[in-house]
Amino acid sequence: MAKRADPIKNSMKCVFPAKSINESFARMAVSAFVSQLDPPVSVLAELKTAVSEAVTNCIVHAYRHEPDKGSCLIYISAAYTVGGNLKIAVKDKGAGIADIALARTPLYTTDAEGERSGMGFTVMESFVDRVRVRSAPMKGTTVILEKRLDVK
Amino acid sequence: MTFSTEKNGDKLRIRLHGEVDHHNAAEVRVRIDRILDTEQPAVFYFNLSGVTFCDSSGLGLVMGRMRKCAQLDAVLIVESPSEAVIKILNIAGMDKLIRIERSNGNGKAS
Repeated sequence: MAKRADPIKNSMKCVFPAKSINESFARMAVSAFVSQLDPPVSVLAELKTAVSEAVTNCIVHAYRHEPDKGSCLIYISAAYTVGGNLKIAVKDKGAGIADIALARTPLYTTDAEGERSGMGFTVMESFVDRVRVRSAPMKGTTVILEKRLDVK
Repeated sequence: MTFSTEKNGDKLRIRLHGEVDHHNAAEVRVRIDRILDTEQPAVFYFNLSGVTFCDSSGLGLVMGRMRKCAQLDAVLIVESPSEAVIKILNIAGMDKLIRIERSNGNGKAS
């Protein structure tokens, strides 16, 4: 078996109901985990913002039509490698995204009434190195955020 | 998130304090608009110096107040955003649409 070039050094998972009060919990949890790499404050702030966007999307869009938000769950898993490659996955089992390219378009929103700016994905793309989206209608969506951090 | 209000003639300043996300933006939006409707200011200083976190929900809050001020014929001036908030505003090109003053905004509504 080939030896892994950049093995995983640490990882975490957390699961919580899709309630908006958990948006701050989610970004704090990821922030606490990523702090182990001692990144600059500005990088940590950007990661918190990207996570906040992904989690807010689950609450505002994925589980939009679910009457009981308490039974709808959001799954976050995060890991970083010895080389400082960080990967954060934010997953839901909600409505899914029919047209991912359209959803990622700046200023596009399906919820103008709620004063959503339509900039969630654009903000994620600006603050991490790579954003991947996997989605299937009625099955759910996984957003994967990747960022290379300097390790000391 | 909390905010404080300061008034001087037809100038109104609202200072936001704390984290602006989807969870708390909706309530603050309604309360700010109520004040704007009552006070009908000529100039609205939206002071963001006390904002410790902001995502695209905060962007929605600023964009919405921009529309609100246009309706009320008021001038919107966003004051003292942190570097992190400026980054978010710039991603959406808001720096070209609204007046942003990067001073500390500690003075009275002048």
